Amino acid sequence: MTLLRHLGAAIVVALIVGYLSISLNAFRDFQIAEIAVYVVAVAGLTVLIGLSGQISIGHGAFMAVGAYAAALLLMHLGWPLEAVLAASAVITALAGLLVGVAAARLRGPYLAGVTLMLAVALPSLADQFAGAFGGDQGLSVGVTTPAFLGATFPLTRWLAWVSCAAALITLVLLANLSRSRIGRSWRAVRDDEAAAALAGLNVARLRILAFVVSAACAGLAGALLGIVTSLVSPGSFTLTLSIALLTGAVIGGLGSLAGAVWGSLVIVLVPTYVTDVATSHGLSSSVAANIPVVAYGVVLIVVMLAFPAGIQGALRRLYGPVIPAASGSLNTLRRHAPASEHPEEGTQ
Amino acid sequence: MQEFLEFTLGGISFGMIYAAIGLSLVLIWRGTRILNYAQGGMAMFTAYIALIVINHTGNYWAGFAAALAAGVVLGAVCERVIRPTQGKPPLNAVIVTIGLLILLEGLAGIIYGGQFRSFPAAFSISGLKIGSTSLGASRNDVFVAVAVLAAALALAVMFRYTSAGLRLRATAFSPGVARLLGVRVGRVLTLGWVLAGLIGALAGVLVSPNTFLYPNSMDSIFVLGFTAAVIGGLDSPVGAVVGGLILGVALNYVSGYLGSALMPVFGLCALVLVLMVRPSGLFGAASSRQV
Amino acid sequence: MAEVPTGAAAPATPAAPALAIEDLVASYDEVVALHGVSIAAGKGTVTAVLGANGAGKSTLLRAISGLIRVRSGSVLLDGADVTRRRPEDMARAGVAHVSEGQSVITELTVEENLRVGTLCRMSRAARRAALAQAYERFPVLADRRRKPAATLSGGERQMLVIARALLAGPRVLLLDEPSLGLAPKIIGQVMALVAELRDSTGLTILLVEQNARAALGIADQGIVLNLGKVVAAADAAALAADASLLNHYLGL
Repeated sequence: MTLLRHLGAAIVVALIVGYLSISLNAFRDFQIAEIAVYVVAVAGLTVLIGLSGQISIGHGAFMAVGAYAAALLLMHLGWPLEAVLAASAVITALAGLLVGVAAARLRGPYLAGVTLMLAVALPSLADQFAGAFGGDQGLSVGVTTPAFLGATFPLTRWLAWVSCAAALITLVLLANLSRSRIGRSWRAVRDDEAAAALAGLNVARLRILAFVVSAACAGLAGALLGIVTSLVSPGSFTLTLSIALLTGAVIGGLGSLAGAVWGSLVIVLVPTYVTDVATSHGLSSSVAANIPVVAYGVVLIVVMLAFPAGIQGALRRLYGPVIPAASGSLNTLRRHAPASEHPEEGTQ
Repeated sequence: MQEFLEFTLGGISFGMIYAAIGLSLVLIWRGTRILNYAQGGMAMFTAYIALIVINHTGNYWAGFAAALAAGVVLGAVCERVIRPTQGKPPLNAVIVTIGLLILLEGLAGIIYGGQFRSFPAAFSISGLKIGSTSLGASRNDVFVAVAVLAAALALAVMFRYTSAGLRLRATAFSPGVARLLGVRVGRVLTLGWVLAGLIGALAGVLVSPNTFLYPNSMDSIFVLGFTAAVIGGLDSPVGAVVGGLILGVALNYVSGYLGSALMPVFGLCALVLVLMVRPSGLFGAASSRQV
Repeated sequence: MAEVPTGAAAPATPAAPALAIEDLVASYDEVVALHGVSIAAGKGTVTAVLGANGAGKSTLLRAISGLIRVRSGSVLLDGADVTRRRPEDMARAGVAHVSEGQSVITELTVEENLRVGTLCRMSRAARRAALAQAYERFPVLADRRRKPAATLSGGERQMLVIARALLAGPRVLLLDEPSLGLAPKIIGQVMALVAELRDSTGLTILLVEQNARAALGIADQGIVLNLGKVVAAADAAALAADASLLNHYLGL
């Protein structure tokens, strides 16, 4: 039944977005596409952090893998769009498998450090193998609107539709996954690893699976981002992107897919808005470009210290049971804190 | 052979930088079990302060001192921000330090602009020679190595022979016991952050002549410093220094023989390898440790 | 004879007791673990705190020294209210808490462990004098001062943690299960040490013990806790003689 409900909700949202994209201008279409791209990536990251209790502060690296895969497939093999998107997700899932295997044994700050390094290291490969990856310039990505929409149909509107469809499909799949046996197992592992292992769950395999799913989402998002912006270059996949994704997941509320949507809206719209305001007040471009970065930093700190459940958590507190229960909050991770940090909570 | 010598000596200089960042991470980790991802950002910010002072006064050492002082202040401020995460899930502290990192990077971008700035070196950066043999290291490289070693040595002496050092060690090993004996653990943790800020600032000033200075200039230095600390075991100041040296030399071979763009990837491989094979690091406690 | 259940064994002296616990209620997170415990311990006395596992003995010490939250009630030190002070401030106010499980810092040497105890003394000279005094009282530790504390035997570790607690110059000593894990012969030595400390220094000691016979052998008074409440309080000899009480609550 939940599957049907999720599908129903997705169709309603699809109709609204479709109507919006037709009535708005091309720049708004581009923004809708961008938001949808981030929804895909942030939702995947939410599953990883909120459900399985693992952190990645290098998810931009997985987006880079998906984006380069899509660009190369389009350029060399000329595959159709849907095949390219699916293949990019699969290829990135394999990269996620690789990282997940290494990550399955790592906890907290160690895992964070490895994924951070991934985000720093991976883009440098584009320089090293400039022949294949186009170096600093990157690769340009060209797609066209399909013939059945007619010659005058705007490309950005088509890309907005594609991105939104991908986002909705991703959300429906992840929502069902999180309510499935696998989702429950992830939460069990997150809440108490030892107990989960005792209950017969294969902890390592579950943790790896979370990385694979999350990486597939990031890969799909990366492929979409490359197609929407028609360029794939190392400069698009900096550490700042990874941290923007993390900010989106945290601000929306870890462990809640609805939160991923809120978070994506914030990380796409707020920087654009702030930059507009700053430039219209005559601030220099370096100031305008850095205000969102400062805002991310402040948001991460304030949300984590004051509202660990994020926007979705705050909404739920305000409207009570109207908002569906999230799949879990960070507080349930509490017991993983090393005992030495708070001797006052020891037991007799 | 000539190349090998050059790469080795050049690697030592970089290795000492990684060692300094690693050392600053260890100082905080030992007491708080927090990994300070903002350490690179703190170092970058203090390097900008040094640059401004140098440009105003024309005196390198005035800037050097200003950076160290700024590091002390920044360390104490960051500790205040992070303190409420004590006793919360470790993920909260990770995210708050990441927030601090990009807050500092964004502020640097706003205040100083995003462009690459060249940063003066304390001493000549032209390569030293013995007879006609080039050593691959400059007078400034020697200064970098000596400065970090001196700082590490000073820390070692402080840890071993002073009351403050004993407080730091007791709190790091057994915070609960230390409290019951009247040690004001909160102040000791602040001291750890202050020292880390100081060492991090030193690293920032020392590395900036090589990397140029820009808001993200310490990102890759930070991850390699983190790797150095993990190689050493995260709990061991000596380990961080040795880990930094090993990493610096190894990466300089990679960069020299294979290409400098591969350095971060090899650093990543080294990090994953150490975590897989010897999670407690070369100098970590013998007991198995969950990473 | 046991007084049931609220009885605080009042000392004969008219002055405020060195340590007075009044109607203390304390909890771990949300679970209330102490339900109104009262004790009055005169200067230079040993009070044995007895009870089965989970009766709240260690919790009582933790509540006194500020390690867990006190909900209501008060802790008075020579008549001064010190309720809800932080552990480090309690230590500085003169309450030394030797927690259970021989809490030596194994990464430090014996001397460094002892020096941690002196850290809250102000002057360097005072620290050095206190350390010399500790070595005089515990020659075993003097012999091993440069050895890592991890190399000490169980009995030596117990000496070390008691000596370390004394170095802070306390008025009140809270001892949590000093006999835990020690051989019977060593237990006797530890108990003798506790008695000797009381007699020679005038320390007020709260002694939490599983080993009720050994504790009552040296204590002046005793209380029995059950489920976070005082179920009996009397002088030590009377408690030791009450076979049915000891059998009921302590399984002796």
